[in-house]
Amino acid sequence: MNSSLLLSITTFVYGLAAVLYIIAWIFKKPQPGKTASWILIIGAVCNTAGIFLRWVESYKLGIGHAPLSNMYESLIFFSWTIVILYIVVEHRYKNRVIGAFVSPIAFLAMAYASLPNISDRIQPLIPALKSNWLIAHVVTCFLGYSAFAIAFGISIMYLIKQTDKTEKIRLLSSFPNLEVLDELTQQMVVVGFLFLTGGIITGAVWANSAWGTYWSWDPKETWSLITWFVYATLLHARLMRGWHGKQIAYLSIIGFLAVMFTYFGVNLLPGLHSYAK
Amino acid sequence: MLDIFDMYHSWWFRLLMVALALNIIACSVHRLSTTWNIIFNTHPSYNTARFKKLSGNIEFTDNRSPDELIKIYGSIIAKRFGTQKIDKSGNGYFIFAEKFRWTRLGAYIVHLSIMLLLTGSLIGSLLGFEGYVNIPEGETVNKIRLRNSRQIYPLDFEIRCDDFKISFYDSGTPKEYRSSLTIIENQKPVLKRDIIVNDPLRYRGINIYQSGYGKMSAEKKPVVDIKSKKIVLNITNHRTGMTYTKELLIGEAIALPEGRGRFLIKEFLPSAIFGGQNIGSALIGILTGKGSDPKKVLLPLRFPDFDKMRNGHFVFYTANTDSLLMTSESDMANRYYTGLQVTKDPGVWVVYTGFVMMMIGCFVSFFMSHQQILIEIHQTGGETRVLVAGTANKNKTGMNLRLQKLSRILARQSYKQH
Ligand code: HEM
Repeated sequence: MNSSLLLSITTFVYGLAAVLYIIAWIFKKPQPGKTASWILIIGAVCNTAGIFLRWVESYKLGIGHAPLSNMYESLIFFSWTIVILYIVVEHRYKNRVIGAFVSPIAFLAMAYASLPNISDRIQPLIPALKSNWLIAHVVTCFLGYSAFAIAFGISIMYLIKQTDKTEKIRLLSSFPNLEVLDELTQQMVVVGFLFLTGGIITGAVWANSAWGTYWSWDPKETWSLITWFVYATLLHARLMRGWHGKQIAYLSIIGFLAVMFTYFGVNLLPGLHSYAK
Repeated sequence: MLDIFDMYHSWWFRLLMVALALNIIACSVHRLSTTWNIIFNTHPSYNTARFKKLSGNIEFTDNRSPDELIKIYGSIIAKRFGTQKIDKSGNGYFIFAEKFRWTRLGAYIVHLSIMLLLTGSLIGSLLGFEGYVNIPEGETVNKIRLRNSRQIYPLDFEIRCDDFKISFYDSGTPKEYRSSLTIIENQKPVLKRDIIVNDPLRYRGINIYQSGYGKMSAEKKPVVDIKSKKIVLNITNHRTGMTYTKELLIGEAIALPEGRGRFLIKEFLPSAIFGGQNIGSALIGILTGKGSDPKKVLLPLRFPDFDKMRNGHFVFYTANTDSLLMTSESDMANRYYTGLQVTKDPGVWVVYTGFVMMMIGCFVSFFMSHQQILIEIHQTGGETRVLVAGTANKNKTGMNLRLQKLSRILARQSYKQH
């Protein structure tokens, strides 16, 4: 058993959980939903074990470092944070329909990581990444991203649900009601925002210890700031202008698109961060 | 004209930053007076009707009198909320309590932190600099080039690169870039240290970072290995002036004339250090006289008479220095230079303070709230009715959960006393 195999298994387990969540939602059966929850937990265990095993393997290769150093490893960690955070939400809100909208994101991230153009080789750390700030930076950023991913899933649910003014559509009746969805989006955005702020700050401190400037306007930095402003706008609109519901859902979707561009799109542009490929 | 590629230093970007700062200040000042009055209100009042309308209210009954309950509840509430106020009503009491008023300042902490970030970056761009310099191994510099203006900037001290080393993983990717640097002030070395990426050298407010490296270019000179080059050595007797000529290779030893022992050319150094100074390329010889210990003899190619200083029996003198220098310089093409980023940013501590304040401010803004509760205890018929109401300026759902917990505790207290 090696970490790559374990993580491939995780991908399938997440896929299965996603399918079961969707079946449970569409056919309104509680049993597949319960099974989905358990399968998701099994996936999370495999995912955790995969990350640790990869860590151990890197030490065996004599190039030991936390598995947070390239695109493959970041995707694995991204899925892990989404699933862990989602399990907490499911536990607190006792609603599995959200799983039908969130677990596919975790599955897609894992599936993307297993594409052939993303190397799953354990590579040694290049000099720029040899810093304790690497872990602090990547962990905070990805906790933020995953909270935003969940907010995104919930915002989509909100937009679907609010089309049904008369509450007649059978498929939507099992959704949490609009106020809960709205509140949950807000909470996830708040958590994400706190971590994104931490991520940008740890990144800046790291840049200052590695290059001598805490901010150099490279594309990734600039885009993380744009993302930060989108969510800051959302929070101000809500707190100051009392925006709710649809408007907040749209802003949260725009914010997540900015997150995705910061994560993937920016690698197409040159910059300090392009090593994250 | 718009400096799109250097917009960070452009006039319009700074203008935008100033506009942003003014906007935050204006808005904050505008609202601060209201917030201030809430926080530092010494006579808090409450509107009973407003509390009674709240959605999360909880009611229960107790069979003791309001006078008994107020004693028990008073101490519980005092423990959980700092300030409280007990008022007598017609047939019972009101307890009003609140906490975390100051958390209403959370947003101001965040906004202040943004001001600190802007101030810090302004200090940095006005009083600091950002430059770079390439130093070939063995050489010393005392000026750098600024990144934005491309101007030369003199330093108050000199930086010497004693050595640059790059190491690789088996796979061929770089593992470490390491420069051994010496800081020199008034011709005296004052600090010696190795730097690697992520571990810079800080000296007198100036930071020196490992940021690049390269090989000296071998402009058109033929690359001849100095090891294959015959060295022509003139050996002169210091007293008689008698001169002998010998030829030898690096690593080769010869017998000295007049039965004076042996002489070996041990190695070639691209940059030799003598008395703390770099004297350029040199040959290192080892002189082993009869019955005496081996002695090191330094033969710098650029200073042919150097060995006179030693005051030995023979003076060694390389006769073909020009040809050797040519070769050695092409050999120097294998020398590395280190690329250093040299910066000074006196604003960085202001920025870091801003970072800390922003984290604290965000936490306070998002996860803490100003909470107020009102408990009404009043007699109706043979029993006492208790109403627990409360509100918070943020996260109402969380507040309702807290109210439920509080009323469970209060109700349990009553039950225990039965
Ligand atoms: C980073 C986290 C931030 C948080 C938690 C936050 C929070 C808040 C809050 C709670 C208010 C209302 C203040 C009050 O009620 O007295 C407010 C107002 C305001 N914020 Fe922020 N803020 C943040 C960042 C920013 C940023 C980045 C900007 C500007 C780029 C900004 C600009 C403003 C402005 C201009 C107002 C006043 C708006 C008005 O009065 O209509 N804030 N903010």
